[in-house]
Amino acid sequence: MFSYYLQLGLRSLRRNPILTALMVLGIALGIAASMTTLTVMHLMGSDPIPWKSDKLHYVQMDNWSPDNPYNDDGRPPDQVTYRDAVALMEAGKADKQAAMYKLALPVQPANRELKPFQALGRVTYADFFAMFEPPFAYGGGWNRDQDAQHARVVVLGRETNEKLFGGQNSVGKTVRLDGNDYTIVGVLDEWNLRTRYYDLTIGAFADPDDFFIPFTTGIDLKQRSTGNNSCWKSPGDGWDAYLQSDCVWIQMWVQLDSPARLAEYQSFLDSYVNEQKKSGRFQRPLNNRLLDVNAWMADQKVVSSDVKVQTGLGFAFLAVCLVNTIGLLLAKFTRKAGEIGLRRALGASKRDVFGQFLIESGVVGLSGGVLGLLLTGLGLVAVRALYTNYKTVAQLDWTMIVTTVVLAVAAAVLAGLYPTWRACQVAPAAQLKTQ
Amino acid sequence: MEIRPIISALMRSKVAMILIGLQVALTLAIVCNSLFIINQRFEHMRRPSGMNEADTFWFGSTGFGQGYDARATQLADLQLLRQLPGVVAAAPAWSVPMSGGGWSTGLNLQPKQKTSTADTALYIVDDHAVDAFGTHLIAGRNFKPEEVVNATFGDSLHPAAIIVTKALADKVFPGGDALGKQVYLDDDPPTSTIVGIVDRLQQPWTNSKTIEYTTLVPAHMPFGNFTRYIVRTEPGRRDEVMKLVEQKLAESNPSRIIGKMRTIEQTRNDAYSNDRAMMIILGTVIFLLLTITALGVVGMASFWVTQRTKQIGTRRALGATRFDILRYFLTENFLITTAGLVVGGVLAYALSLWLLTHVADAKLLPWYYVPVGFVSLWLLGQIAVLGPATRASRVPPAVATRSV
Repeated sequence: MFSYYLQLGLRSLRRNPILTALMVLGIALGIAASMTTLTVMHLMGSDPIPWKSDKLHYVQMDNWSPDNPYNDDGRPPDQVTYRDAVALMEAGKADKQAAMYKLALPVQPANRELKPFQALGRVTYADFFAMFEPPFAYGGGWNRDQDAQHARVVVLGRETNEKLFGGQNSVGKTVRLDGNDYTIVGVLDEWNLRTRYYDLTIGAFADPDDFFIPFTTGIDLKQRSTGNNSCWKSPGDGWDAYLQSDCVWIQMWVQLDSPARLAEYQSFLDSYVNEQKKSGRFQRPLNNRLLDVNAWMADQKVVSSDVKVQTGLGFAFLAVCLVNTIGLLLAKFTRKAGEIGLRRALGASKRDVFGQFLIESGVVGLSGGVLGLLLTGLGLVAVRALYTNYKTVAQLDWTMIVTTVVLAVAAAVLAGLYPTWRACQVAPAAQLKTQ
Repeated sequence: MEIRPIISALMRSKVAMILIGLQVALTLAIVCNSLFIINQRFEHMRRPSGMNEADTFWFGSTGFGQGYDARATQLADLQLLRQLPGVVAAAPAWSVPMSGGGWSTGLNLQPKQKTSTADTALYIVDDHAVDAFGTHLIAGRNFKPEEVVNATFGDSLHPAAIIVTKALADKVFPGGDALGKQVYLDDDPPTSTIVGIVDRLQQPWTNSKTIEYTTLVPAHMPFGNFTRYIVRTEPGRRDEVMKLVEQKLAESNPSRIIGKMRTIEQTRNDAYSNDRAMMIILGTVIFLLLTITALGVVGMASFWVTQRTKQIGTRRALGATRFDILRYFLTENFLITTAGLVVGGVLAYALSLWLLTHVADAKLLPWYYVPVGFVSLWLLGQIAVLGPATRASRVPPAVATRSV
């Protein structure tokens, strides 16, 4: 029966090609608009490290001016000071911990044929690699001893290694950064980060880091951050004064493997700040936060309000397209009242008629869905062209493909339900009479 | 008018009427709010930077190695740049409008003031900067060469002389007497004297709430081994000078990296790319929405015309003119659209209120968008229904005598 109804449905759709095209196109456009925007929103906000995002916590403390809050809504500063970062690292109370900041260094290739170039990297601690789990192509991270020794070691990003060593295993070789030689201990593989969640202070969709060197080494070089730096009072003159100042410029992450550890760390942090208060710092009320990865991403509005508005509009547009389809199907099915009357008079039950017309709307939905999927692909190409930094989040994945088709068919069947139901209400006698 | 019979005919196909009305309502709500957002972005993007945007470009230079002298290189570079043909002015500049990165600080009237009088961006420049930016002095004077001091980044900044934008001058000294006044750029003395006022120069951050508050500070102060330069050329010679500069500077010193040259036009493009993308996306949605709605009206009206062919024929046979039939369908569409628009007006404000609570910086939809939307959708509906209505008006009276 199903295949017969399918044939009937297809024949009926062919009979009014323009009306059919209108319905299919309507659904396809609605699906494409909603799925393009939903895909971007879904991938932007998706958990970058689902197996441990609840264990990684971003440390915030409120060392800001007693007279003015850092944020008007009372959220503490989004970075910490050097002295607090170092104090927390030395206390070592978390299961793993890494302070970090961004810096730019010129790379001087040993190969004279390559021109020197500017690289954007990160200074951090050994635990970074165990916490955020970047994939290594060769070697690995450095260890905590090397942190303590202020070792001149470096982990290269995949692209930097590609540029300098043609992608060969370069572990053990040296690379010269701003006049200093560093021994390569590891080379990263392709690290597919949709959002660079470990440093959201400089934009969530920045390119991957070109290199990593130990924090202690970076401080020895007196290298300032090329990320954000905020001060609420003048730091005074020189590097040492800057390190002792209340300027915030460092990101601090801790890994806490259980809720009990989180509670312990929270109380440790509170007592640390209370201790500092005795020496006159941290004059604002206690406002320590340890947000996990997803909460921190929400706090930093990784999914921008523009993207949310676009998604809302996409679905509103889909609603209009569905209303449109309901109207057109209704018109179409009502026209067929005579045919239905005849079938009913010849013994077809309401159920049969219902099934037949539902299949017809299902076919419309499926075609709309497939076309919509193609248009979604095009839509994402357009989004990538419009937002050059969204290349990692404007991608179709399998969940989204399946969702698209299911949504399209569900939408069309839903849109077909009422017209179909109406078609079933046709009284056979009345229709036959007017003919 | 024949409104009563139209209404009673509509009442016989309530659902179809509601569907078209609902479509019109949703369309009005979405189109009004989208247009409003587009308009806001347009205004946002339209703000002048205060610079000569057509003839200006900027780039960074990073030195490396132990022997590198950033300050000496900066002075040599500036001398070289200023001698190149086609260059009108060149200056070191910590940042430029719309570039997104820079330095801001509080500007105070008292030492150790608790809350700053104004937040200002600092452009660390020399005495050629006013010219290089292409902004205009409207009061006071430019920096004197001897006022451009040597400074080390990381030390407190106490310039004797500063130039501020008019907006900042008026904010700090509402009496309009800012020229010659003393202000604090740091917690402690000494103060800085406002020696000049320029008409306009934006901060580097396009989303800053204090975008017009900018201060020029005269100092030779590289950031480590990094210096940023801004160069203004003779009209029309920008691209040619850019190539020349890149080549000459690379030759002049091998132990440094010349960063990418960027024109102010590119910088503006990049800075507002998200706004432009939002405008394009919303514009596309509006276009598709209006198309779908118009096609929906055409589809529905065609259906009604077919369904009522016999009745139309009867009316024609009873003496109705073609124009009467045409008018019937136009009026019908007008009534449905109007009902939809009334609901849509309410929906538009519901949507606007939702945006207000969910989107930072959102504003309530101004009232005039609704009447403009009304007129547009009335027109759209009438144009869409014109085709089917004309077809209806051509139904011959003889149809009445035939069985359909």
